[in-house]
Amino acid sequence: MAGLADLTLAEARDGLRNKDFSALELAEAEITAVEAARGLNAFITETPERALAQAQRSDARLAKGEGLALDGLPLAIKDLFCTEGTLTTAASHILDGFTPRYESTVTAKLWAAGAVMLGKTNLDEFAMGSSSTQSHYGPVENPWRKAGEDRPLVPGGSSGGSAAAVAARAGLGATGTDTGGSIRQPASFCGVVGMKPTYGRCSRFGIVAFASSLDQAGPFARTVRDCAILLGAMAGYDPRDSTSADVEVPDFEAALSGDVRGLKVGIPDEYRVDGMGGEIEKLWRQGIDWLEGAGAETVEISLPHTRYALPCYYILAPAEASANLARYDGVRYGLRVPGDSIDEMYENTRAEGFGQEVKRRVLIGTYVLSAGYYDAYYLKAQRVRTLISRDFTEAFEKADVILTPTTPSAAFAVGEKMDDPIAMYLNDVFTVPASLAGLPGISLPAGLSEAGLPLGLQLIGRAFDEETVLRTAGVLEDAAAFDARPGRGVGE
Amino acid sequence: MTLIEGRTGEWECVIGLEIHAQVISKAKLFSGAPTDFGAEPNTQVSFVDAAMPGMLPVINGFCVEQAVRTGLGLEAEINLTSVFDRKNYFYPDLPQGYQISQFPLPIVGKGSITLDLEGGETRTIGITRLHLEQDAGKSLHDREPGATYIDLNRSGVALMEIVSEPDMRSAEEAGAYIRKLRSILRYLGTCDGNMEEGSLRADVNVSVRRPGEDLGTRCEIKNVNSVRFVQQAIEYEAARQIDIIEDGGVIAQETRLFDPSRGETRPMRTKEESHDYRYFPDPDLLPLELDAEWVADIKASLPELPEAKKARFMADLDLDAYDAGVLVAERETAEYFEAVAEGRDAKACANWVMGDLFAALNKAGLGINEAPVSAASLGALIDLIDDGTISRRIAKEVFETMWRTGSKDAAAIVAEKGLEQISDSGAIEAEIDKVIAANPGQVAAFKGGNEKVIGWFVGQIMKATEGKANPRTVNEILRRKLAD
Amino acid sequence: MSLDKATVAKIARLARIKVPDDDLAALAGELSNILDWIEQLNEVDTRDVPPMTHVAAMKLKWRQDEVTGAAPRDDVIADAPEERDGFFTVPKVLE
Repeated sequence: MAGLADLTLAEARDGLRNKDFSALELAEAEITAVEAARGLNAFITETPERALAQAQRSDARLAKGEGLALDGLPLAIKDLFCTEGTLTTAASHILDGFTPRYESTVTAKLWAAGAVMLGKTNLDEFAMGSSSTQSHYGPVENPWRKAGEDRPLVPGGSSGGSAAAVAARAGLGATGTDTGGSIRQPASFCGVVGMKPTYGRCSRFGIVAFASSLDQAGPFARTVRDCAILLGAMAGYDPRDSTSADVEVPDFEAALSGDVRGLKVGIPDEYRVDGMGGEIEKLWRQGIDWLEGAGAETVEISLPHTRYALPCYYILAPAEASANLARYDGVRYGLRVPGDSIDEMYENTRAEGFGQEVKRRVLIGTYVLSAGYYDAYYLKAQRVRTLISRDFTEAFEKADVILTPTTPSAAFAVGEKMDDPIAMYLNDVFTVPASLAGLPGISLPAGLSEAGLPLGLQLIGRAFDEETVLRTAGVLEDAAAFDARPGRGVGE
Repeated sequence: MTLIEGRTGEWECVIGLEIHAQVISKAKLFSGAPTDFGAEPNTQVSFVDAAMPGMLPVINGFCVEQAVRTGLGLEAEINLTSVFDRKNYFYPDLPQGYQISQFPLPIVGKGSITLDLEGGETRTIGITRLHLEQDAGKSLHDREPGATYIDLNRSGVALMEIVSEPDMRSAEEAGAYIRKLRSILRYLGTCDGNMEEGSLRADVNVSVRRPGEDLGTRCEIKNVNSVRFVQQAIEYEAARQIDIIEDGGVIAQETRLFDPSRGETRPMRTKEESHDYRYFPDPDLLPLELDAEWVADIKASLPELPEAKKARFMADLDLDAYDAGVLVAERETAEYFEAVAEGRDAKACANWVMGDLFAALNKAGLGINEAPVSAASLGALIDLIDDGTISRRIAKEVFETMWRTGSKDAAAIVAEKGLEQISDSGAIEAEIDKVIAANPGQVAAFKGGNEKVIGWFVGQIMKATEGKANPRTVNEILRRKLAD
Repeated sequence: MSLDKATVAKIARLARIKVPDDDLAALAGELSNILDWIEQLNEVDTRDVPPMTHVAAMKLKWRQDEVTGAAPRDDVIADAPEERDGFFTVPKVLE
């Protein structure tokens, strides 16, 4: 039943309810799809047995008419979420063999809603990267290729495995994490929908921490509705996370009214950056037209500190990461490389266990916190962060939602931009500001580049107003009618 | 001014203490694991305490309350907003690779402690601050030659770090400070102060200077776990530093350890660069906000503390500074004493508690809570002396019996053994006559001017009456008879 | 901001990551580039701007003083690279 993997999450949910097929059949179709997509290296660990066992339990409930919200729906999980009894690696050598004896809150909620786990997806090590090529388990390939070209492209990062899996129809949806764009940017590169909710909307408990004040879990899927469904199951206050927001979870699916009449859509001047391709500009323009056509009003807004968001992020995130990754020391779990003294053991273990980008960021982070530099770097960046956040607060007095491109380019080739870390960092220029401000953001595929690669548009909303973001995204999605499919993965 | 005599003149020793006090609470500071002492290794460790991937801290509100209570007991400012910071360094019993502590904005600010020194003198020592932080696990270096063993049971237990101003000037003062602080913590119920078990540990900062000059370079002696060792360490360290300076050298600022077997301090082997702790606010936590009313409620519910209790004993019960000081040192002692002294002569009760009771407790190695003679029983015994039923000397015997047998009923023991005091002058006079008649030589000695012979006569009467004769009556009649 | 090899070596030591001598120069160059790029933050006037520590105006929630349990020891030491008698073991630490 190969066609089952092609359904959207919402369609599959309805199909299961209508008993058009069973959860077991659906799981089997997805497991086959995962196998077919192995060339993409999107999965680090496949869990077909668990999927089948879960699917059987789903079928039992569905038969009794006691189906849970996500019963029987097969999902891929970014290998940054601790899943009890299943290897969890964060794509790092340093977590070799680590099998958590506990479950992350977000995945626990998904299993409690009846979802089925297909496996753990590949990523940039410790979520540090925008290409998913910085993985101990090898790079992930984008199921999209440039027209007429054979070169593998990156799926974006850090949640590239999840994005690629969903694009290749190996999973009806997936979880990712977004710290500076790690859901939105790969969603754009892979032609799928990806959302980073408001900071605090989803629990961080059990997610391998990268940058604590920025990390957020979020869904990938092929439609906005699907993302809304997943987010509803993932979100919620968790007393085990002190930064978790004690706010009600609205019915996100119900927010998709399709009505944006009178909505004020902010267009930030500063997001027109040098070197942004003409195609991107055109797509943005197209997005404005679509929303105006649906009755929304666009307003010019200014986010004056936008250009400082990336350098600000590249102080704060590495600083937090340098402390968050100090626990990977070879003492209690994971890799240990011996040494004659404890310090030698630490140094050998971490040198061998961490990849290049992780090392770079840990060193930068250590430096910017070190004696004599804290004020000039870390404290300065925290002040700039306040200014960036204030920019948005002021902008949201004039606008209800903000429309921008997601990325300054389409997917690039594996191996490109590897020489210059900064070139890699610039991929996140449009996504980082919303992360610093903790605001919800979604990326949806809006069109194809001339080379035939997906391009995404981003919507940013007020804190805890995912509903407006989703509603607007739904309207854009209808207008864009994006139905292109990648060449690789499904059907190969 | 306490000064030390060096080879080239006099020196003043400047001491500051940083005390780490384990908070009494059921669960740890940021996790729900238990805090009991002495469990099997790694059986009281939550995944948070083990710093497993993805684990997050959630603060135990009771530990916050205990810290506030302690701050109020130290007459200190309570900071309604404080921040938790990460103190970053690598050590195998520090699983996170950082300790959650408080650096620029601690929960408690400036306060003070009054020391009880010898001869009834007091001195006030400033407290700079108190903050909450996680304890680390335990590293055992002696189980195997080439390895260190790590037990994380203690990892994450709440500690209060209490920092004093460098106001102390002698080992005596340092000892008095620790004793007083410990007493206050035990009164408040916020720390059990057990130094042998490690619930109270001291880092001792010592420097020396010529009187009147600026502060000298200090050395920090870490993790000293008894008052005696603290005092020994201070004395050794002060002498070491004075020697160096008098030889023309310069004190290197370093962290040292005290070796009790040698009575010496020595430098630690960790290098200076590892002390860049790179403090920054912990992004897994928000600032700690306290409600002023809640703090006021805690303040209103504080028990009477040693200083206040001592003052009250002196004012209301007419005890002297020394006695009052001894009785208030431990909360349980003060409570025992107060129960005994209720409606009775305070001085007499104080003598019983500080004399007979303490002696018996020391001999048996018991704490006052384990005393076989309760405050009520002791009080009843004292009543029997007051109403003349027994003499004090007999009372001591009865006390011993009660102690030994656990009997609560002094009156019953007196009745059973026929220990009632003999106050009947006729009977006493008869005994006195017998002794006088049998000892003409002693009588002559008395008449010859030897007053001390009275004591011998009294002793004989007591022997003859099995100690039950009323001593005052004996004395009266004896003197009358001997005067004849 | 230019980092020299000695500084990089010092930071690597603080971070407990061994960097072979041969790699120090290249790493110093990489890190210096990143730090140079970060320098542009100095263009921003941040006088009187408070540092942002949290994105949402939330209050820190307190847990009750309840023992919710320790993890079973077997789980705590399950993935330990080295353990003996229930303890984690590491090369001898000299104090």
